[in-house]
Amino acid sequence: MKLKKKIPLIDQHNKNGFWGNKFGGNFIPETLKKPIEDLTELFEKLRYDKKFLKERDYYFKNYIGSPTSFIKLQNLSGHLGGAQIYAKMVSEANGGAHKIYNATVHCLIAKKAGKKYVVGDTGAGYAGKMLSMAAKKFGLKCKIFMGAKDIKRQKPNVDAMKKNGAEVVPVYSGSQTLVDAVSECMRYWVSNCDNTHMCVGSTVGPNIFVKICGWSTAQISRELKIQIQSEFKRMPKKIKLINCVGGGSSAYGFWSEFIDYDKKQIELIGVEAGGPKNSNLHAAPLTNGAKLGILHGAAAYVCQNNEGQINDTASISAGLDYPGVSPIHCFLKDTKRARYTSATDEGALNAYKLVTKLEKINPSLEPSHAFAEAIKIAPKLSNDTIIIVNSCGDAKKDRDILKERLGKIN
Amino acid sequence: MSLINLAFKKVKTEKRPALLTYTVAGDNTKKKSLEILKSIAKYADICEIGFPHNTPIADGGQIQSSAYRALKNGIKIKDVFSIVKDFKKSKQSKPVILMGYYNMIYQYGENNFINICKKVGVDGLIVVDLPYPENKEFAKKCKKKGISFIQLVSPTTSPSRMKKIIKDSHDMVYYISMLSTTGGKLKVSPKKILERYSKIKKLNKNKNIVIGFGITEKTIASLRKADGLVVGSALCKEISNSIKKRQNPVTNVTNIVLNLRKKIA
Repeated sequence: MKLKKKIPLIDQHNKNGFWGNKFGGNFIPETLKKPIEDLTELFEKLRYDKKFLKERDYYFKNYIGSPTSFIKLQNLSGHLGGAQIYAKMVSEANGGAHKIYNATVHCLIAKKAGKKYVVGDTGAGYAGKMLSMAAKKFGLKCKIFMGAKDIKRQKPNVDAMKKNGAEVVPVYSGSQTLVDAVSECMRYWVSNCDNTHMCVGSTVGPNIFVKICGWSTAQISRELKIQIQSEFKRMPKKIKLINCVGGGSSAYGFWSEFIDYDKKQIELIGVEAGGPKNSNLHAAPLTNGAKLGILHGAAAYVCQNNEGQINDTASISAGLDYPGVSPIHCFLKDTKRARYTSATDEGALNAYKLVTKLEKINPSLEPSHAFAEAIKIAPKLSNDTIIIVNSCGDAKKDRDILKERLGKIN
Repeated sequence: MSLINLAFKKVKTEKRPALLTYTVAGDNTKKKSLEILKSIAKYADICEIGFPHNTPIADGGQIQSSAYRALKNGIKIKDVFSIVKDFKKSKQSKPVILMGYYNMIYQYGENNFINICKKVGVDGLIVVDLPYPENKEFAKKCKKKGISFIQLVSPTTSPSRMKKIIKDSHDMVYYISMLSTTGGKLKVSPKKILERYSKIKKLNKNKNIVIGFGITEKTIASLRKADGLVVGSALCKEISNSIKKRQNPVTNVTNIVLNLRKKIA
């Protein structure tokens, strides 16, 4: 299994949609075959269409607010010693997280496809919030599927979705989290694929959804590359790009432009949700050696039992609370281009506390997992090492959880 | 001739469609589901048995409930096989089709899974999320062992794709009546469904093509021109109701199957 150079990772799959002949594919009900083929054809046309690219770039700049800033976390670096820590503040994007890139592109595609309705799944609520925002912007009717448990714990985003005119459909099946929301969203699409466009919230699902999402979030690393060059005048010799990984959409977007670099120069570190300390529950299939399985239309490492039933997961961050992971991250892991580890709920909370105490930023619980790893490794590294954390979401949505777990919040 | 083909041949002489039932193995217990199967087999021509999965992406609420109930009661794949085996002991000539999601087969190992299917007497397999052409290899393996791999076609299946699927199909093809998960309300008129159905049938008159999704006691008679009709969610729903009302699901489900059979006789 080998990575190819100079070809975007999202395009390095075989004719059946498998990365490394193993991950991804299209394990879908017959009814979705045609809609997915149509979407694939349309996307392949649009992504090389100059007019469409111009439109995308226009909205990325004027609607999303690209580029988001790249800042040095001077106090945190000084406090920890060792590596210099930077953050890419993707949370500055309109709506407060990286999910807006995927949502905007999906709505643009839905318009081109002549669809009037968009549906999407959401865990942390950001994917849903952004899709509802973009749908409103582009005049599409929107329905968002969300686990009942997540509706409770991510209320601010639920309120935002409703305010944007979206219908939020609570999902009571299974564990009532993201995994069930994705299933229910797919079921809805199976029943309404003639007039409805589906937006998968991360780089998971049938091949084309992995591609569209990755293609959209790749904007993050395009910006970052320019920002690094302008900050350091050339590409530094030792960079570590740290990103949380649930489905893997922000991590792919953050790394996309840097995958071709030698890993000795630019190391890619993905941080999964280790779940509550001293519990066996987690949402870290890559870290904990989960078996290959089929979930939501794709083959990937999946937390599951011997029988192929999908495991319950647990994480303080609704956005990472998912038993599967993107096929492209499985590919990055098996080719050893990226390294994956996990942070516990407590680790993420501590990281949140330290970062917000020292810096004027407010990362959500998802990137707090990435900060936990940065805080862990920075003191051991030389001070010419550059750590960059993708602060891919802001903590407004987490205010109830933070209040409960930490008392007073910043 | 396979049991599935024999069943279709028999109903043709009786000038009626085949009645196919779908129930979830282990719903609500291993023992009960076997009792239900044995009892409904008196009126059903082919028994579809679902192996329960906890993330079924194409099933509606009724079948989901059945599957969750079975899993909650500890049903494992080996139990599904033992239900089939026990069923076949008393109803040797009744064709059994197992239906489920690919991850379970994948975890079990394709060859292993097919071998055990053969051993316990499974006649056909439906894998909901393994569409054409991804299913070619698996379908070949099934055929080699004399197990019919049953393909699905839907209203969204393009004509060129339809031709290929029919050509590659084994004893039976399953036509999904409408865009829906299982158990949806019939949102297309029976006339329209039969119109599409006859187009598919024209591609190869020798193939047995059944219609499923949205079929209940109310709708079944209007579709009786088909080679076969599948009723699933209505039965799962009755199991749920019976449990809720503390009644015996065996009698209640059997009554429904008997009524369905009368309506197409």
